[in-house]
Amino acid sequence: MLIGVSVALFALGLLGVIARRNVLVMLMCMELMLNGVNLSLVTFAQQTGAAAGAVLVFLVFVVATAEIAIAIPIVLLLVKRKEVLDLDAYSDLKG
Amino acid sequence: MIETVLLWLFAGTALAAGALMLVLRHPMRVALALAAAMLALAGVYALLGVHAIAIFQVLIYVGAVMVFMVYAIMLLDVRDRSFVRRFSWLVVPGTLAALAFLAVLAHGLWRGLPEAGTATAGSGFGIQQFSIEFLNEYWLQFELVSVLLVASVVAALAVLEVGRRHRG
Repeated sequence: MLIGVSVALFALGLLGVIARRNVLVMLMCMELMLNGVNLSLVTFAQQTGAAAGAVLVFLVFVVATAEIAIAIPIVLLLVKRKEVLDLDAYSDLKG
Repeated sequence: MIETVLLWLFAGTALAAGALMLVLRHPMRVALALAAAMLALAGVYALLGVHAIAIFQVLIYVGAVMVFMVYAIMLLDVRDRSFVRRFSWLVVPGTLAALAFLAVLAHGLWRGLPEAGTATAGSGFGIQQFSIEFLNEYWLQFELVSVLLVASVVAALAVLEVGRRHRG
């Protein structure tokens, strides 16, 4: 049952990243996808009794924190340049 | 019995908050829905007996990441086109693709994991076992993660410095 919940959370986050316009909302939907994957990891770790899954979840936490710490300043710089949060406005970015 | 009810309750709360994130308009409300989903997931982890992960979920995700996100939303209160029209033109193909993806995953789940429905509370591991195993077996990963954090701090400072130079 919990694996199904994690699959649904991942799909909801993916849909949010694809369908929403706001950059910050897309970042938060990516966090939701990470949370779905974490739920599946914890469920498998609990079913098999292996602590490696929990350790991996901890490492994913740290990587997610680092990702947000990089992504938010980049978004701040982009918005300072153009004053819009709509990602379609940045389609002239190259490379 | 009560554990099963609470597990369903927390899982349903997480799913409902995740669905709310798709339809709410203001980014602050989306952030609050995401925080609710993360807290519900922390409850699920605690019920599964993985207390260390539940505590880290609350401390790191709700405490650090979401507070950072809320600061960013408060700094960037821009009412532009993305506020009026929530969804981009990709919403219909995106929904179809997400449904197809969900169907593939559900098919794999239904065929390959017959024991997935029997996740019950108990037989988890506490903080002591987690910490001992972590620092005995995975100390190299721990150090690598600290290097990654230092690198991300340096990268964030470099990004801000690039912006400052561009303006000044």
